Amino acid sequence: MEPLMAVAIGLLYATAIFMMLRRSIVKLVIGLMLLSNAANLLIFTTAGMTRGAPPLIPEGMMQPPSGVADPLPQAVVLTAIVIAFGVLAFAVVLIRRAYEVVKADDLDKMKDTDT
Amino acid sequence: MRPEVALPVLLPLLSGAISLLFWRSRAMQRFVAVAGNIALLVVSLWLFVSTLSDGYVTMQMGSWPAPFGITLIADLLSAVMVLMTSIIGLAMGIYSLATTGRGHEKFGYYPLMHLLLAGVMGAFLTGDIFNLYVWFEVMLVASFALLILGGERAQMEGAIKYVTLNLLASVIFLTAVGLLYGMVGTLNMADIALRMDEAEHTGMVEVLAVMFMVAFGIKAAAFPLFFWLPASYHTPPVAVSALFAGLLTKVGVYAMFRVFTLMFDQTMGYLQEIMLWGAGFTMVTGVLGAAAQHEFRRILSFHIVSQIGYMILGLALYTPLAIAGGVFAIVHNMVVKTNLFLISGITHRLQGTYQLKKMGGLYRERPWLAVAFFLSAFSLAGIPPLSGFFAKFVIVRAGLEVEAYVVTGIALAVGLMTLYSMVKIWNEVFWKSLPEDNDVPETATPTGDDGRLLKPSLWMMYLPVMVLALFSLLIGVLAEPIMWVMMGIGDQLFEPSGYIEAVLGVAASADDVLLEPASGGAAPEVNAEEEAP
Repeated sequence: MEPLMAVAIGLLYATAIFMMLRRSIVKLVIGLMLLSNAANLLIFTTAGMTRGAPPLIPEGMMQPPSGVADPLPQAVVLTAIVIAFGVLAFAVVLIRRAYEVVKADDLDKMKDTDT
Repeated sequence: MRPEVALPVLLPLLSGAISLLFWRSRAMQRFVAVAGNIALLVVSLWLFVSTLSDGYVTMQMGSWPAPFGITLIADLLSAVMVLMTSIIGLAMGIYSLATTGRGHEKFGYYPLMHLLLAGVMGAFLTGDIFNLYVWFEVMLVASFALLILGGERAQMEGAIKYVTLNLLASVIFLTAVGLLYGMVGTLNMADIALRMDEAEHTGMVEVLAVMFMVAFGIKAAAFPLFFWLPASYHTPPVAVSALFAGLLTKVGVYAMFRVFTLMFDQTMGYLQEIMLWGAGFTMVTGVLGAAAQHEFRRILSFHIVSQIGYMILGLALYTPLAIAGGVFAIVHNMVVKTNLFLISGITHRLQGTYQLKKMGGLYRERPWLAVAFFLSAFSLAGIPPLSGFFAKFVIVRAGLEVEAYVVTGIALAVGLMTLYSMVKIWNEVFWKSLPEDNDVPETATPTGDDGRLLKPSLWMMYLPVMVLALFSLLIGVLAEPIMWVMMGIGDQLFEPSGYIEAVLGVAASADDVLLEPASGGAAPEVNAEEEAP
């Protein structure tokens, strides 16, 4: 499972960076979305993937048996998803507004503030 | 139970929430903005005094024991940063009353300002690396919204660069956190530091260190990652510019100081070279960029970049004295840089432009403003006896001690170049007479950023400027006791065992921690998630 995930994550990062290097601001935001998803999957995978062993403490024991899945990365990924969702919602509104103001879906037309 | 560690985070969140409750009442929001910031300053002073006496103040959130729950910890560095942030916050609160137009206030300027402060405070006080990411995001989201208040074309263009590059930095940071967790299996920074020393040394540690360096380098606007800063910082309302200039990049620098002294101290030999060159180039490119500009806020934006170089240089030299100098530079820069932006706001109000060519004659018209600018600008350039001199002096001294002559020479030369830019502003804005083609707006009818009439007069803008200018002078005059605190910071950062003990408890060693089951790990993380949106 891990090698497959690794390849998928690598592809996601690559696609995201390719999209971010395009001139269109819509593709820029798509790139950002893919990038945050890639990071979330990466956390999920690096922490180790355990199948069929939920971290539950059986009755009568004080601690879970060894070999259970680590619940922390899932909590971390959940938090990261929520944050990414909020930030991307903002980014989508931003590009819409930028398109209204600049009247172009092209980063090359947005060089006024550069020096 | 030490409430003073949690209060600097909770108070701005609370003020923000109260502000939201009074969404329709402009007067109430303004009152909460100032009252909340005064309360924040009091709490920060409290925290500073307790860290001065105890060294470390910690609090475990939800009473989960150390490596499982989220730890809030203040050492001297955090406490100083928190104190400076609340001083800047109060200055901004008062200044905003005079400059923020009704239009911006209606769209939640004050709640956003509180939220930004909460994010900054949280980043300074947390002892958990993932929590640091969460606070970074809180700060970023608030800054995104503040940056585009008003919705001008320039703001949108600046914001797209700002948002993209900062989100990219966040993702790199998050990726590094994920890989780090895969390697050491913990998120608590003190615990990570402990495990890193024992972990088998593979190339992974270097990769992670470089990822953190790039992520924080983007946020701190270090060379060659600073391009979002001069493209966006001159676009928002001036109070927002000043707030960003004073706080945001410094959080990136703080994170660098924290991560590289605590967790990656064994890779410093390897990274030092890169950081030294990075610091040198940051200083030079920033100051050269400023020399080419003729717009007040753009010059100042490039100087933020150049000053960041000094702070990173303090870390890169990596001796207690150099770190003390770097932190001194942060403290000095927060005051002075904010103040210069505030002054640019006043001159804009008086003469209706940020273009140096169109301004002039302010020395005759407003001598006290000229004095305030003089103090801040020459402090930035490092003229004794102002605050910048001592920061630069300590860093240069530390550089000579470790015989890094080239980069020390660059630091001195950049000081001279800074003086050039500052004298340029002085000549154009204050000294030369007003060019005849400038139609100066009537100062009797000040308008906000949205062009509507504002009631409060100039004194609300003058007050924070004068206080901060005086503050810069005071830092210079009282350099010895301040240097004593800075040396304390240098020693603390250089000896991370104290920090680790304060978080994990005196008896804890890595073995004890490893034997315990990770049963409590999930629940405190859920707290972080609730805070996030």
